This record gives sequence, C-alpha cells and structure tokens, in this order.
Amino acid sequence: MSSGPKTPDIGARLTFDLSKPGRRACALPPCDVPAAELPPPQLLRRELNLPELSQVDLVRYFLALSRLNYSVDSGFYPLGSCTMKYNPKVHEKLASLPGFTGLHPLQPLATVQGALALMYDLQRWLADITGLDAVSLAPAAGAQGELTGILMVKAYLTDRGEEGRTRVLVPDSAHGTNPATAAMGGFEVVTVASDSQGNTDRQALASALDDGVAALMLTLPNTLGLFDPNIGRIAEMLHRKGALLYGDGANLNALLGRARFGDMGFDIVHLNMHKTFSTPHGGGGPGSGPVVVKGYLAPYLPTPVVGKEGEGFVLATPERSIGRVGAFYGHFGVLVRAYAYLRTLGVEGLRQVSDNAVINANYVLARLRPAYHLPYDRRCMHEVVFSGSRQRAKGVHTLDIAKRLIDYGFHPPTVYFPLIVDEALMIEPTETESKEALDAFCDALLAIAREAEEEPQVVKEAPHTAPIGRLDEATAARRPVLRWRREAGDES
Amino acid sequence: MTLPYVPNTAADRQAMLAAIGVASVEELFADIPSEFRTGELGLPPALSEPELVRELSALAGRNRPVDGMPCFLGGGAYRHFIPSVVSEVIGRSEFATAYTPYQAEISQGTLQTIFEFQSMVCELTAMDVANAGMYDGASALAEACLMAAGVSGRRRIALLSTLHPHYQAVVRTYAFGRGLAVDVLPPDGLALSEEHACLAVQQPNFFGHFLPDAEAVGRAVHAAGALFVVSADPISLGLFRPPGEYGADVAVGEGQSLGSPLNFGGPYLGLFACRQEYLRHMPGRIVGRTSDAQSRTGYVLTLQTREQHIRRERATSNICTSQQLVALAATVYLAAMGKQGLRQVAELCYHKAHYAAQRIARLPGYSLAFDGLFFKEFVVRCPRPPSEVNRALLERGIIGGLDVSQYVENGLLLCLTEMSTCEEIDRLVEDLAEIGGSA
Amino acid sequence: MPSPADRRYTKEHEWVRVEDNVGTVGITDYAQDQLGDIVYLDLPSPGTQVKQLNKLGEIESVKAVSDLYSPVSGEVVAVNQEVIDRPELVNQSPYEEGWLVRLRLADPAEVDNLLTAKQYDELIAQARET
Repeated sequence: MSSGPKTPDIGARLTFDLSKPGRRACALPPCDVPAAELPPPQLLRRELNLPELSQVDLVRYFLALSRLNYSVDSGFYPLGSCTMKYNPKVHEKLASLPGFTGLHPLQPLATVQGALALMYDLQRWLADITGLDAVSLAPAAGAQGELTGILMVKAYLTDRGEEGRTRVLVPDSAHGTNPATAAMGGFEVVTVASDSQGNTDRQALASALDDGVAALMLTLPNTLGLFDPNIGRIAEMLHRKGALLYGDGANLNALLGRARFGDMGFDIVHLNMHKTFSTPHGGGGPGSGPVVVKGYLAPYLPTPVVGKEGEGFVLATPERSIGRVGAFYGHFGVLVRAYAYLRTLGVEGLRQVSDNAVINANYVLARLRPAYHLPYDRRCMHEVVFSGSRQRAKGVHTLDIAKRLIDYGFHPPTVYFPLIVDEALMIEPTETESKEALDAFCDALLAIAREAEEEPQVVKEAPHTAPIGRLDEATAARRPVLRWRREAGDES
Repeated sequence: MTLPYVPNTAADRQAMLAAIGVASVEELFADIPSEFRTGELGLPPALSEPELVRELSALAGRNRPVDGMPCFLGGGAYRHFIPSVVSEVIGRSEFATAYTPYQAEISQGTLQTIFEFQSMVCELTAMDVANAGMYDGASALAEACLMAAGVSGRRRIALLSTLHPHYQAVVRTYAFGRGLAVDVLPPDGLALSEEHACLAVQQPNFFGHFLPDAEAVGRAVHAAGALFVVSADPISLGLFRPPGEYGADVAVGEGQSLGSPLNFGGPYLGLFACRQEYLRHMPGRIVGRTSDAQSRTGYVLTLQTREQHIRRERATSNICTSQQLVALAATVYLAAMGKQGLRQVAELCYHKAHYAAQRIARLPGYSLAFDGLFFKEFVVRCPRPPSEVNRALLERGIIGGLDVSQYVENGLLLCLTEMSTCEEIDRLVEDLAEIGGSA
Repeated sequence: MPSPADRRYTKEHEWVRVEDNVGTVGITDYAQDQLGDIVYLDLPSPGTQVKQLNKLGEIESVKAVSDLYSPVSGEVVAVNQEVIDRPELVNQSPYEEGWLVRLRLADPAEVDNLLTAKQYDELIAQARET
C-alpha cells in the first residue's frame, strides 16, 4: 500500500479550521478621530468566533472550492425550465461600472438619472415584449414576482368586494412555487388536470371554474415544453367567470419575438431575468422577477415604479399599490445585465433566441426518441420531457441516468419534474448551445440507454468520476449538522 | 447579424431541421394560433459590443456615485469597505455561472461556501441555525414574522415603531397575503396581547439607537407567549452583544454591508437565523454536512421537505432562487476581515459617528434628537429643513444624510462608516456650521 | 412475503393491531419501501383525539412528505420515541420496532371497516402491476 500523499478531504477543512490567531487577509487604517468612550462591557460581545486567515490562504481556499463546481462556463446545463443560457461577459464589466455600483438608493434623484433612465427603458421594453402595459422591476426573484402578482390579484378583487374568490387554480404540471405562492397569498389551491395531449384539460377547468375562483396560474409553454393552442379560449373562460389569468413567464425563451402574453389574454405575468434574460445564476441567485400587468392592474403594482416627469425620471407610488416587496427598488445590479442583453439582441435578436431554442429542443427530441419514452408525442417548444420508464424495467431509475451523465461530463437535466410524468427527464438546451454540444449530449444519453440494457450496475452506481460520490442525504436530514463547531466532531 | 451567443449557423439549422423532419422553423411554432403571432416590437436596434460599452458607460456617466464624494447617507444601505478578495472570488465564473446546487456531487464549491456562510451567521448572531440567505433584510424580517405566526398559531404581528419604515412596509405586504394584522407599537408603550405572534425590533433602530434594555423586552415578549424577532445590523455585531444572548428567537438582518456595493438598492442579502426548535419551520435553503461512501466529507441541501418543490402549498415559504452570490461575497468578507477585522470596522464606525455627533451637537442651531447608545447613525435636529441642508451640501460636493423630518422635526439622519475620514467629517461640520449660520 | 395476519390495514398503507382496546399503529412494508429513507416523523402528542382516516401526522423521506392517516378513532396514549430519534427504524422494522403511536379505541367496531391482510396484499399486488 502506498503511503504517499492522499487526496485531501477538502470538505473537512473550513476557513475555521485553517484559522490561526493573529493572521489577517485585509488591513484597515487606524482610527483618525479621537476615540469615544466605549459602552459598558455588558453591552458588548465577549467573543467573536470568525476565522483569521492570511490573504493567500483565503484565495487558495476559495479557488480550490470553485474548482469543485460545475458551471455554465465549464459545460452544458440541460435543465428544463431553468433556461441556463450563456452569461455574456461584457455584462459583468458593465454591471461593475462605478457609475452603477456606487449609487446609494436614497441619494438625490437628480444624481441618479442614468440609473432611472435604464430602469424606465427596461420597464418599457419588457411591457412591449410581453404585450402588457405596466411593469414593476421590484421583485427579487421569480417566486417573489409570483407573490407580487397574487397579492395584486387579491388587492384588486378585495377592492371590488369580491373577497369570496378564495381559490386559485394551478395545473398538475405546475412548478412548486405556484401553489406555495398561492398559499402565501391566503388562497386555497385547487389542482387542474392536464389532458392526454399535455394541455390543460378544459373540462376539468370548466368544472373547477366557479365564482369562488380568483385566478388560474399557467406556465406557457408549460413545464412539459408544450404550447397550449387553446390558450385564447382558456383566457375567455376565466374572464367570463370574473377570474384573472396569471402567467408564470419562466418559459418565455420559446416565445421571444414570436408571441405575447398580453395578446393571449394574460392579466399578470412574472418574468425571470436569470432565465430568459441571460443574467447569471450565481449558484442560487441573485435573480430578478419583474411583473408585467394589464393597464387596469397598474394601480396595484408594488412601489416604487420609475416614471417620467418632463425631461427627468422620478420614482412614483401607484395609487392602490400593494406596498413594498423589498426595502428598495429591486435588483438593479441584475437589471443592468438584462438591459445590456436587450440592447445586444434588438428585435431581430429576440427571434434568433426563440428560433434556435426551439430548434435545439426539437433536435434533441428527434435524436433521443428511439431510446427514451416520450410521454407526449408532439412537437415541443424550447424544452422536451422524456420518461425513464423504459429503463426502469431494467431497474435503472432516472436518478441513476442523471448521475451517470456526470461521468460523461454533463450536468444532469431536471429530474422528477413535472410530477405528472413518471421518472421525468426534462431537457432544455437553450439557444446558446451548438449542434456539436447537443450531439455530444445526445450521444451520452444514448450510450447510457445502452448501458442500462447491458450493464445496469455501472449506471446505478454512478457517478464514478465526480469530485465526490453520492452523498448520504438520509443522515444529513435525520441528524442535521448545519454549522461548523469547534470540536470538529459530527455532532451538531 | 448572428448573435455571438447563438452558435448555430444556417448550415447547422438546415441539418437539424432535416433531422427533426420539418422544412422550416415556422413549422415548429405551429401550435401558436396565428392571431397571437407577433409583428413589430419597439426595441432599439441591436448593438455590437463596443457600441454597447459606449452606451452603458454614457448611462453610468449620468450618475454621481458616492465613492467619489464624502457621503453621510445610511438608512438601510451602507457604504462600507469591500476588500478586493471579495470581487476576486465572486468573479470566478465557477461560482457566478453555476446553478442551484441540487446535484451535490458537482456543486461542492457552492455547497461548502453556503455551510461556511451559515456557520458565520450563527456565530455573528449567536443563534443555533441559519439558512442560506433570503432576498434582503426587509423580506427576511417579513418571513420571520410569518414564521412566528405559523409556529404560534396567532394572527397578529407586533412591530416596534422604530423599525425602518420600508421594513415595516414589507412586513405589511407579506402580512396581507396571510391575512395577518400588523400593530405598530411605540417603545414606551409595549403592550403585547395573547394574539401577538411576535414582536420585531431593530438593533440599532432606524435612528441608530439601541434598546435601553433589550433583555427586558425579550422577557416581556416571552411572558406574552410570543416570539422575539430582532433585525440586527451585522457590522454592529462585530462589537455589540448579539441577539442570541439577549433572548431573540429569530435574528434577521441586511447583509449588504458585508462585502456588497450599494448597487442602487440591490441585489442585497437577507440574513436569517433562529433557535434550534424552529429549524423545521425556517424558510429558505439549508445546507448540511454529510459524507459519501468513501467517507469523504461533503455537503448537501437538506431538510428540503420544508421547501416549495416538495411541500408545494404547505411549504414554509415559496422562496426558490435567493441571493447565493451575494451570500458568497458576505462569506469571503467575513473570512477576510476575520475576528479582529470585523471588530475593528465596528469600532471605526462607532468612534467616527460619535466624533461627528459631538462636534455637530456643539454647533449653534443643531442638536442631537435622541439620547442613549447609538452606532453608525444618529439624528440631528437642524436649524433649517433638512432638504435645504442636503441641497446646500450637495452644492459643496457632499452627499448629506437622510431627511427624516417626517419623524423628527427638521431631523437629518447621518451615517458614519469606516469610509469617512476625519478630514471629511471636519469639512462636514464646517459646512453645516455655514449652512446653519445662513438661516 | 404476505402482510402479517394479526392486524388490519388501510388503503393508505397504515396498519393497526388491537390488544385490550389499545391499537398499535404503523405503516406497512410497502409504504416504507415506496417512501425510501425516512428522515423525520411528525407525530401527535399523547392526549390528542383522532378520527378514523383523518390525518394523524406526517412522514418525511429525503424527497417527499406523506400524510399519515389514523386507521381508527381514539386518543393517543403513547408515541414511539425510538422512531423519533432513529427514523430509520421504520424502514428496518415497519411491523415491530418501527411502530408509531398507540391509541385507545373509541369504537372497537371500526376495525371491521379496515382491510384484512389478504385484502391489503391484493391491493398492493394491483398497484405493483400498474
């Protein structure tokens, strides 16, 4: 047995473990004012257990961690409904301009007219792209955009004396944030089934639709990647019953420059800057979830919105505003990137995005369908949902397929969602992947399908080549260890 | 003009359309009824990269960033020093362009940094558990109040009137959703009823001052059977007693001061920590430590059954994407500053604010609005309306304070961080003297 | 392996075994297999009153939450602290050590509404085919 250097257990050494008293990574100037008397000791803290590291150790530590991450810049993320498109680097440079980063939200408006102009234009263009009338850039993420929209529905209906509308309808294919949001809005959630074509079952919708319904939350194209051609009729059904149509705009990438939510009858839609509009995911944020609405709902938008007064820009409070959803105006730093993206695309660029996104997804569909079960046998839009049911007959689950893809150098697609597809595998290539990348991905999935037939064990025990193997999630949930502790044991 | 972000060539598209079995891309959009096909949109023409840089630089040039000037503005967003290592680390595209770490085996970088962040927030606040972060301090406070209502089954939320007004507004918005009532109580009239799920306070408060006896408040809150929610400035926690030591059940706060620029109000970072007994009610993502089959230490998202993707309408919150990269900035900031550095930053803020307050209080026509212990911010009563004072300061190339005359007559909320030099403070005092003198 | 004959079953995969008017309640082997690694149990405290087929608590695995329904009406008299501390017991021994709660029955006749072991085995055989 070799006694040479072992692979370091990086996870076992945190900054706290690397800490040594007296080290520092950053020097501060001495105090240049006369020191005031400090408060009495009982008001001060006695100890502060933060690590002490030199700068070189700090940098090496975080860089070592960064190398353990998969990222868009290292490879393809076929994650359905996430739109993990490439994040343009010029946006990073522009978002870091001191003329943007150095602005205090409360400084005099006259000194931030450039920022307000950017937000005002972005508001206008998002309205135009979606065919709606008024915009709030305030919500911090898609889920907060959903909450904003649902609260606006509630406020609007309350104003009209329609508090009796206590239910929100949600398709069985919906993303979990939809019912969670409806519940946060104080609504009861009723699930509406999808039909065999993957569209909203209109019979089911009709029976669920009564005077107690406030709204239907629809994703379009839906989470199966399918466009419901009956959307116009659905909108009519709702409006005739006095209910609103809410749109989850997560899948807008398929419709950019092609079709607009407002034209189809949507009343409120939220958008995801960190999906459709190319802003980086950051490992889990920050995103941005602006809300676009029909004119009659504009008074209910959260405050503030950017308005124009003569030649200058101002912050305005809509007359029946639901109030603030955040301390300030939204994720300006993220909006700068979205703005730059739209300036890069122009009108023609919007179409290039949706065209190529949809071609790419249909190409993947065509290449994979010989090996994987396609539950809804029709053209998809920008994403396609397969089922791993054929492979399960050999004891290989979608989870195993996902983990085996890691060995082939790919991030797994979205798995086990939407819930209405058994062993779901949801693939969204986006327009920023090349045909070669898609071919490599499809080749890998086809190889895995063969492995599932011929040597299922190699799939079931995957990944074999990742920095770490499958982790014990059961113990992590049963006996949670959620923070570093001095004695470096495994007790929490 | 092909976008640099779309690799497919016309030849690629031809080949792919053939493989799909259609003649043109139009056929792929056949499901969209023709009446919804869009015509012209009003976007300006596409720009190349050099043109884009010129346009955006011009836009940026129409703003006056505070970095170039003495600035005494606080009110929930603060100009603090950001060590260069922070931008170095969060600029790594392995962190910046990574997805949410659902596939743990290839996301250990993100997951381990979240575990670090959780650990640091617990240390700072002296609480048992922390989540991976929320949108901002205001929504973190709102979610804490909702959690208190869920845990206690009570329907009223009590807020101390000295909480940041924007934070109070956000709590109201979230409370509206759940049909909860919000009562704003004055500091000298703290009467909690059995219907109150929590009392939320801010330390230091909107005016920069601390509760004279936070522990007593905590006891009163608990006597009423409610939860004690404290929104704390994280820089202040480098010096002052943390909420966990004076009875807080939930500690929240705004993490922008920890390594993030002002960014015209966002993205910022909500800190959220609580007692062990509320762990399963806590919103947001949580990372736990575990191991793989080879006994290597690793990290995973855990207790996911609280969250929307599993519990759906019964989730603790609808939150999905949060503020990971901003939390990473905070983690690097706290590791870079460390135990000594954070204390030093806090002391500098403390001494500079007290120096400024002392000197301004001695100016004729100016007085301090409040007594008692303060940190980083304080309110000055001016001899003239604060709007005029600020205007005059701006003319002299200084960003003044926040006009709080709505709450305190002629009140100006001034903020001093480690970024203000003695020279700048002295200049402020001179200018205020002049401005006050010309009343 | 046929399900134990000394008890009765619900369609939601709970079992109850009655002795001296006290029913011991748990989930079936099929249920624990479907759920996967059980990580947390949310069970009612002693004294809680429940009705037949109403929600008794929740069982969490890593990736799912499942409602637990009471096979009978009655009052909770005991909760198995062992499974609270070690949820994996439910996976390892769903019919013995992995019991969840004990109830004093309000109406012993209710047991007749439940499935026998044979009926329950037929039910899950059908479920496995689909």
